[in-house]
Amino acid sequence: MELTFTARNVLIGATLLGALGGTLGSFALLRRQSLLGDALAHAALPGVCIAYLITGTKSPLPLFAGALAAGLLGSLLILATVRWSRIKEDSAIGIVLSVFFGIGIVLLTYIQKLPAGNQSGLDKFLFGQAATLVVADLQVMAVLGAIVIAFVVAFYKEFKLLAFDREFGSSLGLPMRKLEVLLTLLLVVVVVVGLQTVGVVLIVAALITPAAAARQWTDRLGAMLLLSAGIGAAAGAAGSLVSASMAKLPTGPVIVLVSSSVLIVSLLLAPRRGILWARLRERQVAERIQRENLLKDLYLLGERRADWDTALTWPHLMGLRGQTGRELARNARPLVAAGLAERDGDALRLTEDGRKEAEQVVRKHRIWEVYLSRRLELPSDHVHRDAEAMEHALTEAAVTELEEALGFPAVDPHGSPIPARRASGGGNR
Amino acid sequence: MSPTLVILLVASCVAASCALIGTFLVLRKMALLGDAISHAVLPGIVIAFLVTGSRSALPMVLGAGALGVLTVLLVELFTRSRRLREDASIGVVFPALFSLGVILISRYAAQVDLDLDCVLYGEIAYAPWDVLLIGGADLGPKALWVNGAVLLLDLLFVLIFFKELKLSTFDAGLSAALGFSPVVIHYLLMSAVSVTVVGAFESVGAILVVAMLVVPPATAYLLTDRLGVMLGVAVGTGIASALLGYGMARALDVSIAGAMATVAGLLFLAALLLSPSHGLLARLLQLRKMGRRLSGQLLLLHLRKEGEVVPTAMLERRFGWSARRLQTVLSGLLRTGLVEREGGGLRLTPKGSEVLETTGRAQLAHKL
Repeated sequence: MELTFTARNVLIGATLLGALGGTLGSFALLRRQSLLGDALAHAALPGVCIAYLITGTKSPLPLFAGALAAGLLGSLLILATVRWSRIKEDSAIGIVLSVFFGIGIVLLTYIQKLPAGNQSGLDKFLFGQAATLVVADLQVMAVLGAIVIAFVVAFYKEFKLLAFDREFGSSLGLPMRKLEVLLTLLLVVVVVVGLQTVGVVLIVAALITPAAAARQWTDRLGAMLLLSAGIGAAAGAAGSLVSASMAKLPTGPVIVLVSSSVLIVSLLLAPRRGILWARLRERQVAERIQRENLLKDLYLLGERRADWDTALTWPHLMGLRGQTGRELARNARPLVAAGLAERDGDALRLTEDGRKEAEQVVRKHRIWEVYLSRRLELPSDHVHRDAEAMEHALTEAAVTELEEALGFPAVDPHGSPIPARRASGGGNR
Repeated sequence: MSPTLVILLVASCVAASCALIGTFLVLRKMALLGDAISHAVLPGIVIAFLVTGSRSALPMVLGAGALGVLTVLLVELFTRSRRLREDASIGVVFPALFSLGVILISRYAAQVDLDLDCVLYGEIAYAPWDVLLIGGADLGPKALWVNGAVLLLDLLFVLIFFKELKLSTFDAGLSAALGFSPVVIHYLLMSAVSVTVVGAFESVGAILVVAMLVVPPATAYLLTDRLGVMLGVAVGTGIASALLGYGMARALDVSIAGAMATVAGLLFLAALLLSPSHGLLARLLQLRKMGRRLSGQLLLLHLRKEGEVVPTAMLERRFGWSARRLQTVLSGLLRTGLVEREGGGLRLTPKGSEVLETTGRAQLAHKL
């Protein structure tokens, strides 16, 4: 695709902003100040207007300065209100956000009524009009961005402490309050840089969405910062290309939707934290528990009757856990497939392998019962329920150690024999 | 009806319904969820436009209400999955939905009679001319009907569920124990927020809805500790902001919605500084009064320990006080006759020693 000059500017601007927003947004996310960026962006609007009214120009620097000053004032007001009055943080953010924005709108409509006001182009700050980015804007963005990144690199350790363990930082004698102000200042700079590209309303997404996505993939701050900056930059680039390729697709919103999609994929699929994997693991555990329970039930019934050869019918098994025939059939399937049981119509019989496997489950159960009654001195009628859960959780190594510590008991507190350790290794875990 | 009266009535309805619902948002520390909902209803409104092809009120309220509840559900889903904290969940959900709305408006601008300016500023200035026509009969301004109905709904909601709202706001555990599910009330409240926001959306725009939802209730929160009073004060402050804001907008020829938010902000600032119970000035005065009492106490105890005339210069040095500070502290003690001047110094009077003897330190502070 041949990029026009404007599209190239937009691409560069959006990528730059994505990387900056991702970096600073990570700190905001970790410090639970996700919505501070939102408030700062809204608070910047009257600053832009006042700077225009004073200087009469729309060159980037004075407008940046105005936005910066107003954003800082807004963040200070939030801090002061929360600290000195009974107003809670969420209300304080909402108040500063909406009132500053209201003042901004008043000034904006005032400016538009001025003779030269119609050409002021200030309203691009509301939704962002990336298409109005000119080379001078990009230069300002690049310089400010480089300064911000330099600060983050220089104060990396301090900011890390600020994000994770402020108290420890103070105890090291670091000026945590000043560092906090510095970090907020950097955040304001990034917010102001982003105003023209994505606008007041959506800037919060440029900060938080990439950071939230990156957070799912790693537990390390350094990796998170890089990943978040990468996701932000990629979303900025992809969003601006998509928006350039089709008519009537505003850049800012498209960027937000791209990074939101990345977030959703990350939430579902990131290794370890992914919701999908967690669900899968939960299901696997649940299925294993069902399987082990059925094995154990077959074993216990066999033990009680001293008969391992007769197949047990569904009605025998149904009463034990209140399961239906269909549920039993479903649970039996993996056992039969693994050669641990044989199915004979509506009846089930343990194979030799199945009996050995079941012995290990019963063994864990009974050793745990012995431990509870001997070491914790629980009455023997209180230990069964706990052992029901632990038999699925204990590892072979833990049980062997417990057994040794208990002096190799032969029977459980109810008098039932404890099966021996499996002769050779292996097993289903 | 004159156009001005229509605008004032619509603005008052919006302000009153937002204040009623916003009071509970502020008390439940959910102000920012209100912010999120007010943005996220945009795609709901646009989709209602696209589906019905008209600007009729009911589909819009339904569309926006659905999106409002969806926002709450999504935020809770993310929060409960423990992958994101609540602030981050809010911060990712509403921009995504708002973006969807903006894109829909841009793509289907021809079909959607809603422009982005309206989303930001609202169109309250046009309210008098957008009339409700049923069977060709002019029933008056539509915005007045819509916002009047919303106000009525909110009023009924708060009146009917007052006890439940109060209990679940201040003690969710007790509420659940007594059998009023806080979850049900929570979702009812969120639906009420959504409906309120749609009504207000067209009049004052997405962002200034937040000003109406949060600022007057926060102002009221600074002025009272009683829920009933707070609701009343919030509604009063909201309506005052709306009316004064309109006056300001007219006088300066600026955005009405922006002016209303500005006035609301000024009223909040006034309460923050001047509230007799929770204002910063009152707190400052109280702190100073406490400081004076404590200083007086120190001075008396010091004079008793010395047991003789102590030169004022020595007192100043001893406590590190300026001559003026000492004067302020002394004025009360001299007036009540607990100390007296002698030469260039001060001495405890017999009455002063008696007071010190007979009163415990805790009560002493009140006697000074």
